[in-house]
Amino acid sequence: MRGIGKTFPGVRALDDVSLDLQAGEVHALVGENGAGKSTLMKILAGALAADTGEIAIDGKTVTIGSPRAAENLGVGMIYQEFNLVPALNAVDNIVLGNEPAKGLLLDERAARERAEAVFAELGITLPLTVDTSSLRVAQQQMIEIAKVLSRSARIIVMDEPTAALTDREITKLFEVIRTLKARGAGIVYISHRLEELPDIADRVTVLRDGRVIETRATKDFPPDDIIRAMVGRQLESHFPDLPTVAPDAPVVLAVRDLTRAPGVNGVSFEVRRGEIVGLAGLVGAGRTEIVRAIAGADIPQQGTIDVQGRAIRIRSPHDGIAAGFAFITEDRKAQGLVLGMSVRENVTLAHLEQFVERDRLIDRRKEQATTQEYIERLDIRTPSTEQLARNLSGGNQQKVVLAKWLLGNAGVFLFDEPTRGIDVGAKAEIYNLMVKLANGGAGIVMVSSELPEVLGMAHRILVIRGGRIVREFARGDATPDAVIAAATGAAA
Amino acid sequence: MKAEARTYWLRAGGAVAFLVVLALVINFASHGTFLQPGNVVRVLRQITYNFIMGVGETFVIITAGIDLSIGSLISLTGVVMALFANATGLHGFALIAATLVVGLAVGGAAGFVNAVPVVKLNLPPFITTLAMMQIALGLSYILSGGQPVPLQSSDFRNTGYGSFLHTIVPIPVIWMIVVLIVSSVLLMRTRFGRYVFAIGGNEEAARLAGISVGRVKTAVYVISGMCAGMVGFLYMSLFSSGSPQTATGNEMLNAIAAVVVGGTSLMGGRGAIVGTFFGALLIGFLDNAMNLLQINSYLQWVVLGGVILLAVVLDELRKRYLKRA
Repeated sequence: MRGIGKTFPGVRALDDVSLDLQAGEVHALVGENGAGKSTLMKILAGALAADTGEIAIDGKTVTIGSPRAAENLGVGMIYQEFNLVPALNAVDNIVLGNEPAKGLLLDERAARERAEAVFAELGITLPLTVDTSSLRVAQQQMIEIAKVLSRSARIIVMDEPTAALTDREITKLFEVIRTLKARGAGIVYISHRLEELPDIADRVTVLRDGRVIETRATKDFPPDDIIRAMVGRQLESHFPDLPTVAPDAPVVLAVRDLTRAPGVNGVSFEVRRGEIVGLAGLVGAGRTEIVRAIAGADIPQQGTIDVQGRAIRIRSPHDGIAAGFAFITEDRKAQGLVLGMSVRENVTLAHLEQFVERDRLIDRRKEQATTQEYIERLDIRTPSTEQLARNLSGGNQQKVVLAKWLLGNAGVFLFDEPTRGIDVGAKAEIYNLMVKLANGGAGIVMVSSELPEVLGMAHRILVIRGGRIVREFARGDATPDAVIAAATGAAA
Repeated sequence: MKAEARTYWLRAGGAVAFLVVLALVINFASHGTFLQPGNVVRVLRQITYNFIMGVGETFVIITAGIDLSIGSLISLTGVVMALFANATGLHGFALIAATLVVGLAVGGAAGFVNAVPVVKLNLPPFITTLAMMQIALGLSYILSGGQPVPLQSSDFRNTGYGSFLHTIVPIPVIWMIVVLIVSSVLLMRTRFGRYVFAIGGNEEAARLAGISVGRVKTAVYVISGMCAGMVGFLYMSLFSSGSPQTATGNEMLNAIAAVVVGGTSLMGGRGAIVGTFFGALLIGFLDNAMNLLQINSYLQWVVLGGVILLAVVLDELRKRYLKRA
């Protein structure tokens, strides 16, 4: 791949990226969330088209216009979210779209033989005739690998293949990868786990902000250097000043031994009045799961939650709201808003009781007045209170979600990726609002994948990995390198 | 507010204008018989049943659900009420009220049973209400022995059939108006109604906003069952008997048609009781007109089916047009 460039509206996702892969090589691709790894691989797999640049396979320049074309050229993708049909068995999944047939009928024996041949080659056995949904993740992954191999893939891309595996399963996976290498396949290996790279990768390429920072042989590329290359940039200082938190400020939220499998494994922490606690970590580390379990979106299996010093029991989001939580979800379209409802109806949805008169009917005028007030206070750009939420921009939608939760005078705000996908101006407004909430005495938990945001907006930073708090930093002590190191497990 | 109100009245006004023109055309084609007072009253009488069933269905469909059991529930509640009325020693108003309460309770209980697997196990309402459709029909045959149960009391004559103010306003129409007003207020002006829309629009967002999704969903199926019970009461009064064969044809489908023709989205999150009223009115107009014009009854089915299809296609095209504009 040479000189690949790709621009999404408002974002330069890839800028002149070049990457080469040799036969029989495992080439690791690392970078922070949003560095461009997935975009690059989607271009290779034909799922996205590049704006600039070219791709050559075996020295011949090719155009990859569709996933099918990529497959024909010998490119196989194994996404983190598998593409198996859960209700079909291993054999059916492997031949899916490629079924051997006798006339009009499927040739089941040939299909089975084909699958068995691939598994024999990989040196693995697994149940071939049960629904894949009943298999373990590691087994499903092997089916994915068999699937791409059965289509004679010579270039195999694996996106975070070890993210959901146990140590033993990882060992097995690495054996399979070595078998693939020995057969002459080239493998692009995307991973956040820097500690495993020396075991499996021949070379490492670091991407940052859509550019290749460096490519080196793994043995000449110590983890510290990789981290430095991943982080690289200076912290921008567009963050407002945080209020100081007195060390004896009352604890507004105390979480102890919170557990909910999978994703939350015994998490304990406290948030004081006026404090912003940032949860850092990689995608899939369990940060979202932690705040969901606190808010009552998922029900924890173990652990206690104290709010303002009182133990509470949360069995539903309803209980969470009653306890004084405001949970601003990560995905505003799927979880935060009813897109087909107006701004007004969205703003008042969680606290409609404030707008009900003694006759039990909703006072629409009061709703409108209050919504208008928040439109002005948060500078929501909308033609009226009656505009459908669907028609607003991302930043304004996020402000509608915020207005919904500000209505409740919550004591604890749980922000999950509060600024994802919104423009810089709206981001700054949301930061200011968070500071205002902290000044007003709220406790704030903020999950963010943007390192500068966690470093700039939190009094304390808890680094999450494997559903646990692995490291805690005070604001002054946190450096990008140290946070990444803790999040990736590269250093203790 | 202004824009919303304007579109609302534009749509309502458009529907009224369309129905008026349609009525005039039918009237012309039927040589003036369609708009004779006696016939208009007949149409209103006829749509009452379909409309009240449609009201319950509207609540269910706005939550993105469906209730297929309402036709059978009309039969079941009718039979149970007739048996109850014959067995109890009550008279007059007490008898009428007690019988109605029994019908509403039976319908509501069936709705509750519909809702439990939907709420607790997340099963598709299509299946649970399909099962209830069979169960209720079977029960109505078992309880009645397969024969209509004639009412022994004549107290019901005026509750389902009679008229008011010198035969100008038929009793069923009064029921219809009361249901129209009460259900519109419930859907458009209360927290419950708002939650019905929110759940149909985005169930997860509704849950995270603290809404007890399970309770609201249960309530809409109970309401739908109670509406069926109310129609069962009206039919029982009309025929002076409760029969397992009261509603075994297209009643449930017609009710769903009225809801959909009235602009309520099967995808959930959007709809109105007034729309269901217009939908029932349109279907009633066409039904009656085709009878007046002596159109072959098999052809009538084809026409009605075509109208339903046309209505939803036009609605979809309108939405796409608005999105582009």
